[in-house]
Amino acid sequence: MTYALPISFSLNGQATAIEVPTHTLLIDLIRDRLGLKGTKRSCDMEVCGACTVLLDGEPISSCTTLAVDVDRREVTTIEGVTPPDGLSRIQKAFVLHGGLQCGFCTPGFIMAVTALLKATPHPTDEEIRHYLHGNLCRCTGYTKIFVAVRSLAAGQVSEDAA
Amino acid sequence: MLTTPFEFERASTIADAIRAVGQEGDGMFYSGGTELLLAMKMRVIHTERLIDIKGIPGLDRIVLNDANELEIGSRCTHAKIAGDPVIREHVPALASLCADVANVRVRSVGTIGGNLCFGEPHADPPTMLGALDARLVLQGPSGTRLVHADDFIRSELETVREPDELLTRVVFPRPAGPVTYRRFKHGERPSVNVAMAWSLDANGRRIRSARVRVGALGSRPQPLKAVEEALQGISVAEVRPAIEAVLPTALDELEVNEDRHGGADYKRHLAGVLLLRNAEEAIAAGGCA
Ligand SMILES: Cc1cc2nc3c(=O)[nH]c(=O)nc-3n(C[C@@H](O)[C@@H](O)[C@H](O)COP(=O)(O)OP(=O)(O)OC[C@H]3O[C@@H](n4cnc5c(N)ncnc54)[C@H](O)[C@@H]3O)c2cc1C
Ligand code: FES
Ligand code: FES
Repeated sequence: MTYALPISFSLNGQATAIEVPTHTLLIDLIRDRLGLKGTKRSCDMEVCGACTVLLDGEPISSCTTLAVDVDRREVTTIEGVTPPDGLSRIQKAFVLHGGLQCGFCTPGFIMAVTALLKATPHPTDEEIRHYLHGNLCRCTGYTKIFVAVRSLAAGQVSEDAA
Repeated sequence: MLTTPFEFERASTIADAIRAVGQEGDGMFYSGGTELLLAMKMRVIHTERLIDIKGIPGLDRIVLNDANELEIGSRCTHAKIAGDPVIREHVPALASLCADVANVRVRSVGTIGGNLCFGEPHADPPTMLGALDARLVLQGPSGTRLVHADDFIRSELETVREPDELLTRVVFPRPAGPVTYRRFKHGERPSVNVAMAWSLDANGRRIRSARVRVGALGSRPQPLKAVEEALQGISVAEVRPAIEAVLPTALDELEVNEDRHGGADYKRHLAGVLLLRNAEEAIAAGGCA
């Protein structure tokens, strides 16, 4: 029993080993110690989804996850789904359909949509709404985000579009 | 916001977990953390030690046992229960309840055990588990005891569980008739919810007995006794008038907190609407489960 523990995990495919105080939150480990600033903190209470990352492929709130919980698991952040020289198909769809304004919610939405399309490549409108209900956006009014995701569900945006 | 520092221990057996939590009296079990970490970040709960139960094998099992009962391990997440083939086959209403809890991130990690043990009044599973006549299996340093779901939550955020008792399983008879559930919410958590389970006679036309629970109104789910009595022994075709005849009295007897979810009359009204919709669904199911 201890107040700090060594953890090793995969961060965007890269093996990472570090010792963390047991009360460190995953979002602080990712942003402040590992320097990946794409993941955002907003509500800090599991409601808004701005801090969404994938843990073994499933979306979680990094604002309310202990860093020690990712030991021996795979964490994927927005940096991990962004190609080095451009945008992913999901990101392109958001740009194409105006699915963002200030952009603060966008990394969380992209992560949630990544998980959704992995589990359900062609979601129905209802499935899209249900899955994204826990991601909040204060700018777009959601319609354009929805249209962007629907275009992906219908396979309208290819890797090299936009 | 950060929590205050704590020691962290990963338990690998139930006995280890119980021992570790009990040692100096200030440890707590830690499962999905979706409630506990929030409360610790807000500094309304403080603990010296978290005992992580996620590594204990066997607590995430879902089976239909030899006694024709469903058993759900306390470590099962909402996402797991929602997608589980056994639950979807035998209690589809529970699968869809879990598919609608919170948001996708809370469902990935939040567990049924953590939900019950936190004792939050605005919760979904306790209402349904009361209607299903579930028993909760608690294991402590001196053995195991069973508590009925109805008796588990004592009041707001308070259960009959001792700090060093681990909830290991939830067990309930395989439903012998339709199970229906509805909730109304305008935020993340339910404002009102209603669960109803009928057991039917052999030809599926008469209700042998009914259990009706209304949740999120008071500090814990409440039975609608008058409705349960009115439904007993009647044919499925007589359900609607039977409920309507006793509904106003039954709703009046509910303990209802006025809070940001609404006033008492409004919430009573919603409970009645949800109940009648559940009844329509159960009737339409034509007596099959
Ligand atoms: C934004 C948001 C929305 C939500 N919406 C809903 C909703 O719509 N409906 C709903 O029902 N719930 C909702 N919840 C509550 C949700 O957190 C719970 O449903 C969740 O399942 C709790 O489980 P956990 O594993 O995360 O518990 P934890 O936070 O790990 O634990 C909660 C408590 O239970 C104790 N504990 C945990 N497991 C055990 C065990 N096996 N034995 C003994 N003690 C144990 C812990 O010590 C702690 O005191 C919501 C939560 C959030 C944050
Ligand atoms: S910041 Fe984590 S859910 Fe809002
Ligand atoms: S684009 Fe500003 S919050 Fe969504």
